[in-house]
Amino acid sequence: MIRLLTALVSGLIFGAGLGLAGMLNPAKVAGFLDLFGNWDPSLAFVMGGGILVNAAGHQIVRRRQSPLFADSFQLPLSQAIDRPLLIGSGIFGIGWGLAGLCPGPVVASLLLNPAGMIPFILLLLAGLWVGRQLAPKLG
Amino acid sequence: MTINWTDFTPYASFGGGVLIGLAALILMLAKGRVMGVSGILAGLLSRPTEIDWSWRLVFVIGTLLGPLLLVALRGGTVIEVVQVAEGGQLWLAAFLVGLGTAIGSGCTSGHGICGLARFSLRSLAAVITFVATGVATVFVTLHILG
Repeated sequence: MIRLLTALVSGLIFGAGLGLAGMLNPAKVAGFLDLFGNWDPSLAFVMGGGILVNAAGHQIVRRRQSPLFADSFQLPLSQAIDRPLLIGSGIFGIGWGLAGLCPGPVVASLLLNPAGMIPFILLLLAGLWVGRQLAPKLG
Repeated sequence: MTINWTDFTPYASFGGGVLIGLAALILMLAKGRVMGVSGILAGLLSRPTEIDWSWRLVFVIGTLLGPLLLVALRGGTVIEVVQVAEGGQLWLAAFLVGLGTAIGSGCTSGHGICGLARFSLRSLAAVITFVATGVATVFVTLHILG
């Protein structure tokens, strides 16, 4: 039960943080990506704040043998800068730029704007599914 | 390039970033998991027996309730939302975001916040790539086609 409670608290803080940061506003995200136009640097501050806290916390976490409520830490094993990583990230950036939406804010916007975001997340999930079938063939 | 001082929100954005980092830290410390939203969503596409499904679902529920909590805590201040895409452009974007994050093993949260906080070069390469194609896409949609 406590495991699920921590996941819920993490999600709540994440969703609230996205809202406070301005990440739920596609126009603000597009403003950050509009580097060669009228650039809004705010999202660099989101990344800065997020990385700062998470990096400091990670130093504490890595000294532990295991997480509080699970058997082991499950960190990504791959360190390769390979074709799927670069092709996939490139495709993601195009989608991100087209709508100003990435997966976290899409989930966090579901209750704020269900009419727009429910079809969006269904198509996103379809893309995830297709991507998972394609990924092994790109390596 | 000009700086858009009108919309610039350094304090709120930094504060929001701190909360996002804290959320990632809680998930790592408690569950030992990376807070990567595309990966969490992809996990929900698997059969419930195959992987640990419940924490992902609960995290997603928390994420969609989080903005409502923020609105309540701020005394009803609405969250500004201005869409930049509609119709075909919006649906294409949705599919590409899913497709790209599945192939590239992560998005802004997994690679951008968690990966960079672990000083992962793989995540740095991903972030540079998706910011670059994002900037190029906005340049085309706003300044060439727009």
